[in-house]
Amino acid sequence: MTALPQQTGKQLGLVIDLDICVGCHACAVNCKEWNSGGVAAPLTDLNPYGEDPLGVWFNRVHSYETDKGGKGTTVHFPRSCLHCAEPACVTVCPTGASYKRAEDGIVLVNEDLCIGCKLCSWACPYGAREYDYDAGVMKKCTLCIDKIYNENLDPADRVPACVATCPTSARSFGDFADPNSDVSKLVRERGGYDLMPEMGYKPTNKYLPPRTKNKPGDNAHALVPMMDQPAGFLGWVDRMLSSQ
Amino acid sequence: MHPAFSVIIFTTVSGAGFGLLCWLGLYAVAGLLPANQIFAFISIALAFGAIAVGLLSSTFHLGHPERAWRAFSQWRSSWLSREGIVSMLTFVPALVFAAGWILLRRSDGIFALSGALMSLLATLAVVCTAGIYFSLKPILAWHNNWVMPNYLALSAMSGMLLLTALASVFGYATATTYWLSLALIVTALLAKLGYWRFIDSAPVVSTPETATGLGSLGKVRLFKAPHTSENYLMKEMGFRIARKHARKLRIISVLLGFVVPFLLLVVAQRAEGFPAAAFSVAAVCISLTGVLTERWLFFAEAKHTVTLYYGGSLGAG
Repeated sequence: MTALPQQTGKQLGLVIDLDICVGCHACAVNCKEWNSGGVAAPLTDLNPYGEDPLGVWFNRVHSYETDKGGKGTTVHFPRSCLHCAEPACVTVCPTGASYKRAEDGIVLVNEDLCIGCKLCSWACPYGAREYDYDAGVMKKCTLCIDKIYNENLDPADRVPACVATCPTSARSFGDFADPNSDVSKLVRERGGYDLMPEMGYKPTNKYLPPRTKNKPGDNAHALVPMMDQPAGFLGWVDRMLSSQ
Repeated sequence: MHPAFSVIIFTTVSGAGFGLLCWLGLYAVAGLLPANQIFAFISIALAFGAIAVGLLSSTFHLGHPERAWRAFSQWRSSWLSREGIVSMLTFVPALVFAAGWILLRRSDGIFALSGALMSLLATLAVVCTAGIYFSLKPILAWHNNWVMPNYLALSAMSGMLLLTALASVFGYATATTYWLSLALIVTALLAKLGYWRFIDSAPVVSTPETATGLGSLGKVRLFKAPHTSENYLMKEMGFRIARKHARKLRIISVLLGFVVPFLLLVVAQRAEGFPAAAFSVAAVCISLTGVLTERWLFFAEAKHTVTLYYGGSLGAG
């Protein structure tokens, strides 16, 4: 049903630390890998080896640069479904294919009900949903629902593929409804924020801002000659080489 | 936004069909419909045909048209679902009305009542169509108070132009018929101009800075896109071919949609017989072409918030 749950039991989501992310795209690749065999499979690629490939991905890593104080900062920015508390992608769905789970807040698409009208993708300002031209249905991040609850896996592996693979631990997964969870603490300590709060979608996923960087020259010393007046053996070499 | 041809046809043609049904119902209530079976049949066939063609066309852009029936289920939250249901419901009083008018040559009593209900539902169907676009917050050009009046005014205008053409062909057109058409053309044109004025100057709230939350670091510029070729988002939301010609297309749609039909109807009003009919028919045909252009622009000019992530901006132009 497209009616939204008043409140969800858990509120599962991700924290993405923009200070740590190095933009390696491993999260996007592992996402593609896991979900190509998961509940939303296949993530169709059209013309994959041609000049103009077109495929479904749930996770895209943008890189931005900012210009404050004339000094550019590069920020790598992974973008995926934010599993909003007010997901308009769900309420606009005419068939009930899109829904938000009452137990954990995950936003999903039932592909058997989806008519492929694409309206949900129009309703999402974050570009979380991508249409599968081949399957004729909309696809989106499932928060690896077939992984995080999978009892065949070692408990340590029951996290979304993007989180499991991140080589710098820039991604964390947890329950935001629990104020003592690691993700809740991270958001409190580091000033985690919502993307486009003005849209009113109340995203669950939070982003941690890059830490303030030291300006060049604050700590590092510029290269200076070790000795103004070389003495001893080195002084002798210097004098010998300088003559003529 | 990518202007899907099927959706443009749907909103334009079924909008005109609902408009025609609405006016037929109101004319029935006013006791002004002639008891002419051929006129009745052609009018009803045209309205039903337009709505049916529009609704069918709208299913062509679906990934799974065979599941379209499922779209009737989520009327509590989805304008698209409501639109489907109200469109279908409109046919209930419309069929009663049609039976009375065509078979029994009656448009009074219970049939006038059906006509009134048909008018109400036809109007609601257009409200629902507009609601689909109006409800989409990420698209500033659609999520504003000009969208609903525009859809209603354009549907009322197209419907009335159809009725005027039919009435003049059958010799039923009166001065009032023409005056009503002319007034609706002016109203719809004003609504459209107001809409364009609004979207050209609407304040932009979301920026690359709010989209990324990196505003405190200065102006945010896309340094490296996540992928080297276009993805679905860029194809669907990043459409910009028609935007290049937006100014010219606006002029074309104003001329074809409103100005030329207005002039043709002014001439038709002063003519009689065949010339009047010819001018009235030409007016509606040309107007629908203009409205199709307008509807194309409604999509092509609309910028989606997600383009902010791909180096776009939401300002006009």
